[in-house]
Amino acid sequence: MKLNELTAHELLDLLKAKKTTPREIQDAVLTRIQQSDQQVKAYVRLRSNASGEQEPSGDASIPIPIGIKDNICVIGEPTTCCSRILEGFKPPYDATVIQKLKESGAQLIGSTNMDEFAFGSSTENSCYGPTRNPWNKACVPGGSSGGSAAAVASSEAIWALGSDTGGSIRQPASFCGVVGLKPTYGRVSRYGLIAFASSLDQIGPITKDVEDSALLLGIIAGYDERDSTSADLPVPDYTQALVNDVKGLKIGIPKEYFVEGIDPQVREAINAAIDVLKKRGATFHEISLAHTEYATATYYIVATAEASSNLARYDGVQYGLRRHSKDVRKTPLIDMYEETRDVGLGNEAKRRIMLGTYSLSSGYYDDYYLKGLKVRTLIKQDFDKAFQKLDAIITPTAPTTAFKIGEKTDDPLSMYLSDIYTISANLSGIPAISIPCGFSKDRMPIGLQILAKPFDEAMLFRIAYTYEQNTPWHKERAPL
Amino acid sequence: MNQNIEQKPACPAGRYETVIGLEVHLQLSTQTKIFCGCANVFGREPNTQTCPVCLGLPGTLPVLNKMALEYALKIAMALDCQINPVIKFDRKNYYYPDLPKGYQISQFDKPVAYDGYLWMTTADGQTKKINIKRAHLEEDAGKLVHDDRNNSSLVDYNRTGTPLMEIVSEPELHSPQEAYDYLQALKLTLEYLHVSDCDMEKGSLRCDANVSIREAGAKPFGIKTELKNMNSFKAVRTALEFEEKRQREVVASGGRIIQETRLWSEEKETTIAMRSKEEAHDYRYFPEPDLVPFKISEALIEEVRRSIPELPRQKFERFVGEYKLSEYDARIIIADQHIAHFFEACTKLYGDTKKICNWLNGPLLQELNARKMDFKNIKFKPEDLVTIIRKVDQNELSNLSAKETLKQVLDTGKDVVSVIRDAGLAQVSDSSALEGIVDELIREHQNVVAQIREGKASAIGFLVGQAMRKSQGKANPKMIGEIIQRKLSNKNDA
Repeated sequence: MKLNELTAHELLDLLKAKKTTPREIQDAVLTRIQQSDQQVKAYVRLRSNASGEQEPSGDASIPIPIGIKDNICVIGEPTTCCSRILEGFKPPYDATVIQKLKESGAQLIGSTNMDEFAFGSSTENSCYGPTRNPWNKACVPGGSSGGSAAAVASSEAIWALGSDTGGSIRQPASFCGVVGLKPTYGRVSRYGLIAFASSLDQIGPITKDVEDSALLLGIIAGYDERDSTSADLPVPDYTQALVNDVKGLKIGIPKEYFVEGIDPQVREAINAAIDVLKKRGATFHEISLAHTEYATATYYIVATAEASSNLARYDGVQYGLRRHSKDVRKTPLIDMYEETRDVGLGNEAKRRIMLGTYSLSSGYYDDYYLKGLKVRTLIKQDFDKAFQKLDAIITPTAPTTAFKIGEKTDDPLSMYLSDIYTISANLSGIPAISIPCGFSKDRMPIGLQILAKPFDEAMLFRIAYTYEQNTPWHKERAPL
Repeated sequence: MNQNIEQKPACPAGRYETVIGLEVHLQLSTQTKIFCGCANVFGREPNTQTCPVCLGLPGTLPVLNKMALEYALKIAMALDCQINPVIKFDRKNYYYPDLPKGYQISQFDKPVAYDGYLWMTTADGQTKKINIKRAHLEEDAGKLVHDDRNNSSLVDYNRTGTPLMEIVSEPELHSPQEAYDYLQALKLTLEYLHVSDCDMEKGSLRCDANVSIREAGAKPFGIKTELKNMNSFKAVRTALEFEEKRQREVVASGGRIIQETRLWSEEKETTIAMRSKEEAHDYRYFPEPDLVPFKISEALIEEVRRSIPELPRQKFERFVGEYKLSEYDARIIIADQHIAHFFEACTKLYGDTKKICNWLNGPLLQELNARKMDFKNIKFKPEDLVTIIRKVDQNELSNLSAKETLKQVLDTGKDVVSVIRDAGLAQVSDSSALEGIVDELIREHQNVVAQIREGKASAIGFLVGQAMRKSQGKANPKMIGEIIQRKLSNKNDA
């Protein structure tokens, strides 16, 4: 196996045994990007000093090459959310997770593709064009962190960071056959993550296996005084949770997640996964999460409302794109706002800004936004109740495997439905992980989602690790 | 029949009642801005007091400055407000180039404080209680600077993120003068709290006014207009006077008031319509997701309560009771906390509070005003004033020389004793010297002497005045009077 195809923990073992160097690992990754990224298009730009002119420091503890989603600020590097409106924007500061990665010795390889401002489930809404699924280049990689998932799945990165607002880490991880974790809201600092929906966004790892996920979360997690919504709680050593043992764990299966719309092959794969865990001693219980059917509607009210406000700052005044028309009938200021936003924002961004503006508008607020918040509370209560008796919940990550590029671009509603299993974790703030659990007949990966109590990522790792130790899926690499 | 021919307006001008509510925006003088660590200072080079957070750069997040909250709680308590036990912020969404995030972090449905009141004194000396509807915390915006040469606008973000407290009165003020008196009373309370410069010229205190008229005695409010752009308390009063008159004229001539925002123009002394209700913003308030609501602890409330000094109204009552000052005098003294401190320090050194008060409210304030000096910054100490008063008591200074001493101490910064010595201001009570002066006067003013002899006692005053002039104010006037009387009656005898 080539170095770039290994996991981070395998590479760390090699480094420790002095069988390789950070430089060799980085070269292997960059070579791979040269060979395959023309087809995959996982990256929108490589970091200016990632091409080898700067020697990675030798004593860095975890000098592993990493792909960064294009909505996480890196000082002095263009960070654009794959939107024209942020053209040329170079943050004068590092996101907290970037600071932590740099301190760990990470090699920042480049910025990965995404749906504009993370608005999407296919990475087709990027101003740089779509990323392709490494398992089938006619298919989408999922989204919005499609670039990060595809980079890891194609071994163009050892691991990567994504962000997850309604499934944007887990759904692409599922589509690309890799491990994607959305931590508990507040576990990882959002400082420097360009906001989509502030009450839902979390940064999380996309990795080749569960051990790497635990390692990377350990690097980026923790309280940050610059983020008032981050939790002031100690971060456990997640590698301690990596045990091949689920004996006695009580796991719920929500009946609302196995109804119409689910691909039978996905259902079979999940059932098979349940059997694996049953054999290892976990017990399974059918439960009801009664408000599941309202999750998607609630999400699109809450998330778009916040987004409409979060994106108001892109007005052409301070940074990024600025446009004027030649229309002298308009006042120069209004003209700048209109032209800049018209040219700079894509259709899905405009759609969501309009949706959010509408639900916050006077006369509609109570019926939409306020009601959305109330239902959000009910959805959270469903989980609170379920976790009184359970250690975890298992569901599919997505109802289908990756769909074809272009298949859903004209049908936003069916696109929105590809997140129906992931959205509830964001609305209720709980952690959730997607791990590979098999393939469809046409060799497209299927993902298993595990959900746990707030701040119990260790439980996710324990169950996911046990599953992984007893199945072969995480060793599969995309046939590029 | 006849009485129907002449159509009178429904309500003659004199029977209208004016209703005013004020919104005061107060910049809090915390060390740092409300949501970031930038220095909260006025008057620096444009865009030097900024960071990614107050510039609203993508990815940045606000963190509440605890001191801003403490200041807000102080204000809440000083205005006897109810305090919301949970602090929660909301976003107020609108576009303007001085607002870098496209929204202002403010408080909508759960202000820090609500249902308070403020006692104020009206121009005719009455006290009146004005209810405070609410007071909330928010961030200030930046400033647009218009560059006429290049026909463009520039933004200075130094002010962005300055903590603001918006204090909203109930519509219970019924004249422009009352509005003015309310502002004075509010400013005084805020000054006592040391939470703001309260300087309208620097913009650290700004005031918008809602004004409407209705038939006297009517319950429902009339349609209101909102006045903006007043740069001083006087401008608030003048703008309200204008607007009150304008509204009365509109209604008297059968017109209707439109709900709108009007800008006060200082030069044109008029209000100009800016935007009507139809054009008004829909701010789309919603809870700020970047700042989680948090409970205000009892401990914090107690801590803030302990830090609140004696407020103007309590001080007023105490000064009237404890020092037996007239309400008039007490009001002048408490109108500046530095004067009040000065006064109290004097009372510790000297027992006659009335005399201290007369000196303080009389010569000292006059001389300070004449020199545009501020009580806050003077070197003149309570000990100095008491020394002067004592010297007058002990006939070592005439009243005139005492005032001269005061002037010179203020001008030179020297101590009282050296000023008296160096300028030779000590009162002359040496009778031989005084007799010489009187002898001269008797020679020079024979006709006055004659008048006195004819029994016109008041003419003695003229001679005493001349003696003071001759002695440059140093002569002891009482002794002069005695000597004149003695000498003239002696001559009479002779």
